Amino acid sequence: MTQNWPLWEVFVRSRRGLSHTHAGSLHAPDAEMALRNARDLYTRRGEGVSIWVVPSTQIVASSPDERDPFFEPSADKPYRHPTFYEIPEGVRHL
Amino acid sequence: MSTPVSSTGTGTADVTAAAALALGDDALILSHRLGEWAGHAPVLEEELALANIALDLLGQARVLLSMAGDEDELAYLREERAFRNLQLVEQPNGDFAHTIARQLYFSLYQHLLHTELAAGDGPFAPLAAKAVKETAYHRDHAEQWTLRLGDGTEESRRRMRAALDSLWKYTGELFQPVEGLELDTAALEAAWLAALGDVLERAGLALPEGPRTGAWAAGAGRQGLHTEPFGRMIAEMQHLHRSHPGASW
Repeated sequence: MTQNWPLWEVFVRSRRGLSHTHAGSLHAPDAEMALRNARDLYTRRGEGVSIWVVPSTQIVASSPDERDPFFEPSADKPYRHPTFYEIPEGVRHL
Repeated sequence: MSTPVSSTGTGTADVTAAAALALGDDALILSHRLGEWAGHAPVLEEELALANIALDLLGQARVLLSMAGDEDELAYLREERAFRNLQLVEQPNGDFAHTIARQLYFSLYQHLLHTELAAGDGPFAPLAAKAVKETAYHRDHAEQWTLRLGDGTEESRRRMRAALDSLWKYTGELFQPVEGLELDTAALEAAWLAALGDVLERAGLALPEGPRTGAWAAGAGRQGLHTEPFGRMIAEMQHLHRSHPGASW
């Protein structure tokens, strides 16, 4: 049966959490059941949490092979980092 | 084991204990049946859901049986004839559709019952207020699976229909008056039939036909008369306690 049940990725926001965090994955026949299974598996039914479920096939991941061109921090190009500004006094939330 | 209901109390305490025993036995026995699925469910996720429901019910059973006496003594030292649970909840698990049909019939009933008890101010209101959230989840679980099995494949529909039909005769007992519970059983039954009819229609299934009450239907669990599989079930449930009476664990 599990072969026919697609894989879902589960993201949970805890009651006092600010963002959804990837909690794990599970098998379910459809989105409704995936939500219910996620509740049992990942939230222990704590009240006030938010759950997202996403079919795994819908997620596009960056490829490990392209890691270097994708993520290499351009540390030798300091002009790309906005660190040369002096923040004027009185500016808030910056 | 003698009857656990205190004979010294006033009449009110006695009937409350009797009602607590009936509701507690429902929860205890169904919890045990669902526990039998551990390691055998169709998928891991469903195993978890059934175990979750079983744990909820066991929690309810502990509160209710404690209202009637000592929970361990009541669970492990009573004979079959002293149990007051509905015959519906003692029915064997059968296939998955069978388990879901039993859950559907019972959790619909229990959800309506808890809603009504929670709204009142009787001795069961505090328990019901807590349990109604759990029971809403049990009901949702059973409804979701009824929809999927009824509206799934030919085979799943056939099995779901067979399960609903075979357990139907035990549902009349749900609406017999229970001493100690102030309930409008006629209204409860009407609400149950309406909710059930709605789910079954969405699942592409019809309400089963056949008697639910009267001479051709089953249902005397509340009087201590149980079906044959029940004896084997409690033999397994009580085995350890009876082999080592008085042990603590």
